[in-house]
Amino acid sequence: MTDSTLRIEGLHKRFEELEVLSGIDLEVDDHEVICLIGASGSGKSTLLRCIDLLEEIDQGRILLEGRDITSPDIDRNEVRRRIGIVFQAFNLFPHMTVRENVTLGPRKALRMPPAEASERADGLLARFGLADKADEYPDRLSGGQQQRVAIVRALAMQPDILLLDEVTSALDPVLVAEVLDAIRELAEQGMTMVIATHEMGFARDVAHRVAFLHEGKILEEGEPHRMFSEPEEPQTRLFLDRIIAAGRM
Amino acid sequence: MGSPGKEAYFPRGKPGMDPRFPLGPGNRRSRILGGGEGSRSVWVAVVSTLLFFAVVAILIVNSPGWSAPGGVRQLFFDREQFMSSLPKILGKFWRNVFIFCIAEVCVLTFSLLLAVMRSLPRGVFTPLRVLSSSYTILFRGLPTILVIAILGFGMPALELQGVPNSDYFWAIIALVLVYSAYVTEVYRAGIESIHPSQMAAARSLGLTRGQAMRHVILPQAVRRVVPPLLNDFIGLQKDSALVAFLGLTEGLRQAQITAATNFNFTPYLALALVYVVITVPQVLLVDRMIERDQRKRLAGGVA
Repeated sequence: MTDSTLRIEGLHKRFEELEVLSGIDLEVDDHEVICLIGASGSGKSTLLRCIDLLEEIDQGRILLEGRDITSPDIDRNEVRRRIGIVFQAFNLFPHMTVRENVTLGPRKALRMPPAEASERADGLLARFGLADKADEYPDRLSGGQQQRVAIVRALAMQPDILLLDEVTSALDPVLVAEVLDAIRELAEQGMTMVIATHEMGFARDVAHRVAFLHEGKILEEGEPHRMFSEPEEPQTRLFLDRIIAAGRM
Repeated sequence: MGSPGKEAYFPRGKPGMDPRFPLGPGNRRSRILGGGEGSRSVWVAVVSTLLFFAVVAILIVNSPGWSAPGGVRQLFFDREQFMSSLPKILGKFWRNVFIFCIAEVCVLTFSLLLAVMRSLPRGVFTPLRVLSSSYTILFRGLPTILVIAILGFGMPALELQGVPNSDYFWAIIALVLVYSAYVTEVYRAGIESIHPSQMAAARSLGLTRGQAMRHVILPQAVRRVVPPLLNDFIGLQKDSALVAFLGLTEGLRQAQITAATNFNFTPYLALALVYVVITVPQVLLVDRMIERDQRKRLAGGVA
């Protein structure tokens, strides 16, 4: 049996008194797309940040290709190079051009020659319809373009897995589609992804599996069709009813 | 506050080329906020200013001590004294220029180091953080002239092997120590003004803490603090005159000597003029930069 790309075992995370994650178990296979759904504050973002080692965890293990990345003797920078993350607020570097944003990781973390890094960046930017934006500064771009640059920046590291943290929540509704399309394309090409999202329609289309987070636990997970049409847990049903009432599905 | 991800920043390029101000700065003034003065109010301002200064000048010139023999006019505004002392003072003022130029370069690097030390994570690095913060606390609390006196007189007296005992050396060290304490705080404020999400984004790419600091945090932080940094440097340039206390013949000491020899204070005014000529343009530059930043913040809604 081969190791799954990502495996989370009994993950606990506390901020002071507040336990944000209370025992998460999750497995992500190669080429699999998993959508995390749940109310704000249910721990989706924290879970993604823990996976990318941006937060210290209090208990449990995270295994990347069978290797425990939470053990103290692991090179965290090396792990982060293999995990890509895209943030809700883009977090592009405002003092760098789009191309500099995208090549920073490869140049500095992978020590790639600048010419090669630029070539890789330009290829990716073209793929996401951003070829003519390479020399612009981020604040000259629309939110949707900025978020696609952020996706390209993560992809430039050629990560084993991509984490997306509510990447359309900060966007104008008219710009959401272009970002979702980019992610959909990645899914079709077999990128392994964990996606925290409030876009239920998108989750139903693109996910192989949907996991519902409630108060720091995965209450229910399963194939999207079943999750959305006949959820087993009352909490899941309640959440989905609210989403439908809010017109988000 | 704007939409998330749009942090305030300083685009490259010359002032006036800012794409957000295609019509030039004048058009951005708000009438409600008290801008937009018409040509009439400009005239009123000019006339009232001229009038004010004319009255002050007349008051001074007509004061009892102004034109009496040995009065202020003779003691401070002697044309011949001025012409003869200015070259001498300028000749020595180069020593001030030398001192503050070297000091500024040292301050820039030394305080950057201290600021970075201060921003290290708690834990193993706590001693370095404590060292940096107690340094800034101590030296911000000491009068500059005291530090100059203690180091300038004390260190050479120790007669340590391999330690220079020139006045210049210790004067520069003293100025660097005092001003680094201020500049460290300026840098630190800049570093802390960069949202933590920038560090997270840099680290998520696999950059080390140092790389993230160097390529992502510091370039943005330094850009933000250029005006206050320049302000501190103007202070340093002025305080370079305190070095006279050690007996080092720089601008102020030269003015003092010339004044004492001729029983006339005009050399002090000559020196004041030299300072004004070099500092005022810098002060104006700082004010312009600050104004530009504020305008940018108001205009773009970028916070």
